[in-house]
Amino acid sequence: MSCKPMKKDESVPLAQHRRTFFTQAAAGVSLMALAPGVRLVELAMANSEDSLPSNDKRWGLLVDTAKCESGCDECVSACNSEHGLSGHGRPETDAQWIRKVDLKDEQTGHELSIPILCQHCEDPPCVDVCPTGASFRRADGIVLVDKHICIGCRYCMMACPFQARSFIHEDLTGQKTHSPRGKGIVESCTLCVHRIDEDQEPACVEACREAGHDALVFGDLEDAAGPLASLSRKTATRELRPDLKLNTGVRYTSF
Amino acid sequence: MPSSTPFWWVAAIATAFVVVGLVSAHHMESAGHWVTGMNNRVVWGVPHVFAVFLIVSASGALNAASIASVFGRETYKPLSRLSALMAITLLAGGLTVLVLDLGRPDRLIVAMTHYNFRSIFAWNIFLYTGFIALVVVYLWMMFEPRMNRFVGRVGTTAFAWRLILTTGTGSIFAFLAAREAFDSAVLAPMFIAMSLSFGTALTLIFSALIFSIRGDGLPTALMLNLRRLLGYFVVAVAFFVMVDHLTRLYGAEHHSMERFILLEGGIYPMLFWIGQILLGTILPVVMLLQRRCNTLAPTLVAASLVLVGAFCQLYVLIIGGQAFPIDIVPGFSETSGFFDGVIAEYQPSLAEFGLGMGGVGLALLTYLIGTRVLAFLPTTGFDSGPSS
Repeated sequence: MSCKPMKKDESVPLAQHRRTFFTQAAAGVSLMALAPGVRLVELAMANSEDSLPSNDKRWGLLVDTAKCESGCDECVSACNSEHGLSGHGRPETDAQWIRKVDLKDEQTGHELSIPILCQHCEDPPCVDVCPTGASFRRADGIVLVDKHICIGCRYCMMACPFQARSFIHEDLTGQKTHSPRGKGIVESCTLCVHRIDEDQEPACVEACREAGHDALVFGDLEDAAGPLASLSRKTATRELRPDLKLNTGVRYTSF
Repeated sequence: MPSSTPFWWVAAIATAFVVVGLVSAHHMESAGHWVTGMNNRVVWGVPHVFAVFLIVSASGALNAASIASVFGRETYKPLSRLSALMAITLLAGGLTVLVLDLGRPDRLIVAMTHYNFRSIFAWNIFLYTGFIALVVVYLWMMFEPRMNRFVGRVGTTAFAWRLILTTGTGSIFAFLAAREAFDSAVLAPMFIAMSLSFGTALTLIFSALIFSIRGDGLPTALMLNLRRLLGYFVVAVAFFVMVDHLTRLYGAEHHSMERFILLEGGIYPMLFWIGQILLGTILPVVMLLQRRCNTLAPTLVAASLVLVGAFCQLYVLIIGGQAFPIDIVPGFSETSGFFDGVIAEYQPSLAEFGLGMGGVGLALLTYLIGTRVLAFLPTTGFDSGPSS
């Protein structure tokens, strides 16, 4: 294509004008059509098979109950801060993804404190009962809520044996982009999936270590050489509500 | 109809309930559910009591039609069309309450397009919509003389469908393995018995109302049959309630929960013994099965008492069942800032009652409109009744 200015007496046949126009238009349209495609390929490459959740792994937590201190709620604060769970000063209706529970053996009087959160069950009752499939379990064992299709029926809350889910009872402010939340739907611990997908550990685990307790150990339950397996070999572990046989992803050293 | 005034009065009252229901739903949805008594421990409240009551009653409301079409009892034929209309309107009222209580009622379309078939809730969506469709077809068979010959077959299908529907509704609770108060197979047949009882009580009240508006009374033979049936159904419910509690009382595992529901749980034992057992079972059974009370007025009083008992029963079952704490770590007492190990508080709000009454109002209003626009009512002096 030439950009040389035309002289007055120069004449270009009409057909050539048309051809030039169509060539340029076709190039433009092709560019417009291809560019998003190229971008999509780029995005697809970013989510390569390697980075998708895989059932080769099963993420979980081991709570070392001997190290978990009564009165300490570093894990709770870290969770609230990470996910923007600010609350409205109404404990009955405010969201709580992880809570500290003080236990006392009814026979011996032995006391201890443990965190209770979504147990990321292998057979989660919340996933079974959810009518729309909003509650789901990722291939790597993390149980999540699809916030786009949760209708807020709360049947999952009725079914959860650990009361680990919260319904958003009122308008929210200060949501985090990595942790979308909204009034009228149900939510629970995501095991900080956004951090796990970037090879980081959950905020509660990090906070517990930084507080010097190291009571929460995060890792792959399937990894025989990993920290969870090695700790489990040294001490007996248990799950909450073992009668339900849910094979939880969160386990506790025996108490 | 000889006089329109009573009709318009009842319609106006029903409309007022619908308006209250809509205002309540708007308030709950715009402010959020924190304005209700429901919370993260008691997640289903009074709206669910109303919704389950209406849904279960809808199934039982079809009794008159079923007895006429399936069991060939001519006495019930005059009520066939009315009972089918009632079944649809009660179910619509219950489903409306359920939908308007959702956290995101605007996502109803999601519930209609995304299904998890492992969920009994998802199955119930099909059971409810299928029931409405089947009863519409049933009505068509009854209304259209050329289709009358199919009434028996469609009636039998609707009869089977409603048994499955009520089993499905009971299973919503029966499948909750994590909660002691639910998790029982007996809930499914108990819900069937409840549907027969509540539905028959409502049939008596609604029919008496509509016949009284028209200026004639409910035929004596029909009333006597219905009241005797109601008496038996109330006894059937009491039987299942007794079996349920006895089974739980037998093992030490559930002693705390039974002590809570039957003795120490504050409002729940009171509602159980006074509301459900005394007012809702013993008194109506005595009134219904005694020949001395076999006139319309005591029958309607007994039917109303059955409904009082129904609300108490569902309140104790649904809300009491959630108020009792889940034993997450058996053998240990639990305390936390999230109310672990303690009885959950629940103070129902006016908005919840408003929404529930809205559902009742909607059922009544659509029932009234139905009787005005189509020939649901039998002709006056109808011992022969409509052809269906």
